[in-house]
Amino acid sequence: MKLTGAQALIKSLEMQRVDVMFGLPGGAILPVYDPIIDSSIRHVLVRHEQGAGHAAEGYAMVTGKPGVAMVTSGPGATNIVTPLANAYMDSTPLIVVSGQVATPAIGTDAFQECDITGVTMGITKHNWLIKDVDDIPRVVAAAFHVATTGRPGPVLIDLPKDISNQTMEWYWPTSVEELDLPGYHPVTFGDPVLVAQAAELLAASKRPVLYVGGGVLKARAAEALRALAERTGIPVVTTLMARGAFPDSHPQALGMPGMHGHYTAVTAMQKSDLLINLGARFDDRVTGKISSFAPEAKVIHVDIDPAELGKVRVPDVGIAGDCRQVIGELLLAMDARDAVGEGPEVGDLEPWWRQIREWQERFPLHYTETDGGAIKPQNVVEQLRDAADEDTIVVAGVGQHQMWASQYWKFEHPYTWVNSGGAGTMGFAVPACIGAKVGRPDRTVWAIDGDGCFQMTAQELVTASAEQIPVKVAILNNAYLGMVRQWQEMFYEERYSEVYLSPDLPDYVKWAEAMGCVGIRAETPEDVGPAIEKANAIDDRPVVVDFRTDAFEKVFPMVPAGASNDDIVVHPDQVTAR
Amino acid sequence: MSATSGAGAAAGNVTALRKPLPPPRHHILSVLVENKAGVLARVAGLFSRRGFNIYSLAVAPTDEDEHFSRITIVVDVESAPLEQVIMQLDKLVNVVSIGELSSAEAVERELVLVTVAAGPTERSQVIQLVGVFGGEVINVGTDRLTVMLAGRPEKIDDFEGLLEQYHVVELQRTGRVALPKLERH
Repeated sequence: MKLTGAQALIKSLEMQRVDVMFGLPGGAILPVYDPIIDSSIRHVLVRHEQGAGHAAEGYAMVTGKPGVAMVTSGPGATNIVTPLANAYMDSTPLIVVSGQVATPAIGTDAFQECDITGVTMGITKHNWLIKDVDDIPRVVAAAFHVATTGRPGPVLIDLPKDISNQTMEWYWPTSVEELDLPGYHPVTFGDPVLVAQAAELLAASKRPVLYVGGGVLKARAAEALRALAERTGIPVVTTLMARGAFPDSHPQALGMPGMHGHYTAVTAMQKSDLLINLGARFDDRVTGKISSFAPEAKVIHVDIDPAELGKVRVPDVGIAGDCRQVIGELLLAMDARDAVGEGPEVGDLEPWWRQIREWQERFPLHYTETDGGAIKPQNVVEQLRDAADEDTIVVAGVGQHQMWASQYWKFEHPYTWVNSGGAGTMGFAVPACIGAKVGRPDRTVWAIDGDGCFQMTAQELVTASAEQIPVKVAILNNAYLGMVRQWQEMFYEERYSEVYLSPDLPDYVKWAEAMGCVGIRAETPEDVGPAIEKANAIDDRPVVVDFRTDAFEKVFPMVPAGASNDDIVVHPDQVTAR
Repeated sequence: MSATSGAGAAAGNVTALRKPLPPPRHHILSVLVENKAGVLARVAGLFSRRGFNIYSLAVAPTDEDEHFSRITIVVDVESAPLEQVIMQLDKLVNVVSIGELSSAEAVERELVLVTVAAGPTERSQVIQLVGVFGGEVINVGTDRLTVMLAGRPEKIDDFEGLLEQYHVVELQRTGRVALPKLERH
């Protein structure tokens, strides 16, 4: 069967069971957009290529399948650089196909030419510039293989226009050997000797903490984690990337660690004698000042990426492997210890839990309920949560609203939380919630966004209206770049520099309506409940709620940048409790 | 790209290599890569963005079909633990295998070309020196000689040091190449 390169590309995507992609056409990718008309793949036409990338990420994060985005050359490709960087930091499987100028024009500074494989080398797991039409099926298959195996991540396929127009004899690779990846061998099984050593460390620990990261979600290991946690009785912290990997309602759940983590999660790690790191990476936002992080803790570190072991903190036992696989192996190693009567699987945790319960009692999450009639952003999150089904998907941008969403939502299920963690990409929420809703149309999808973030990518709500993707967006509108404002208040002597945005410029309700959405405004605490009720009742259109929130609210607790986690700053109301 | 990283350091071979190598700071990595477009940029870019320093770098195809190339990288390990460098390199999809070669376990060679200003009085002295080291005179001009020496890097250092008494016009070292020592049964 003879196909054009363009047809071969689309057919290759179909062979990978792609059901939806997000994109925006242009000159160099034109040939590939023609066979899309006849394809089973749904194409969602975004209004800016960054939206295509984040939507594909949102789709990937809730479905576990790779997200696919398609853009043209030059500016089309550079507009998707931020999503690639974002996906690289958060290990999200993302496939970007970019058009490229025709091969004879490459290197001539042709119209809309950009060396996008060069630009994205450091922010993709791998990328390919296709120079032979016969390579298309193999490269697409290889790209999906690389993006979804081992530590997942973004890849980019750059396809010159003349290659799209050439013809080739169709084939489809049926084995990994045909993908021509002689240097790519991801590990999945943990070394049994190391796993046995990990079991020994568990048995010797008295103050252990399960430090759970995004790798547990990537490995679809939430059930395995729960089995391990319940068998051992060890407390569990879930990082920003792992919210939902362990139910927040579980008595062993301590919440989120890190700069704005729950006091108990931060402090339990700090005082721990054994951190069992499952798929987390000792990010600086979790560890605080690394030299004083968890000074008494031994470390078991499980990560599918061997380069993470020892990158930041040298583990006592470092196991390269898939979290689900290794947790399973660890449970078997514990069985083996039991069988030969080696004694308890874990030390006596009773005193440890007493200490933890005391912290939880003294330093729960806290905000001052009302003063002066302003809406408290934390209260909006609580009311949204209380009115939502347990399986609602929550999507956040980056900043104060993101931290409040992570703190005050109760995540009960995996893959219900979508946010930009490592890269901290403002403007992530609107396009990502569209992708999440496309991936899980059966779920309610609430974006909890800030006013600053919303203004960066709001135009994608036009996409949502046009494509009938009924997402809900709650803007915690404090009229400021709130997190920056908070830092300027706390660390720059209240010298506010370029952080004021205005509550009503733009008019978010009118803007929403102009984009085909329902716009709702809540100005007083009494408005919040009815606004949420009204928004939840709409399921045929996107809806935007403009919550005018208290600009003076700050996110607590807080570990100042560069400080030790021992110096965590609690809410001013709680200072006397220390 | 900063002057101390990646391709910047590699491009600075001529001046960087004049000083003798202080051995403990450096490790040799022998990296087998797919011979594909952009591979060297991927390797150099990785060193640059992770803050690892390259001391010298040599690259050439290893087989007739030119499917694979071997990159011999002398790494400044004060910039990062060697394990991190190796594991990050290993993540590059085009990197097939990485061997770490310590000086004790490897045969290392390097080549230098030097153009020396040598008038009638100095010419015979330079030729004699080249002869003592087992090098070759490969080009002769009116008042200059270009000489070549291949050997262990320390020998090259030594040769370079002795040439300093003459006027060295140009000097180019290749950077090291190395392979593991063979076992004997």
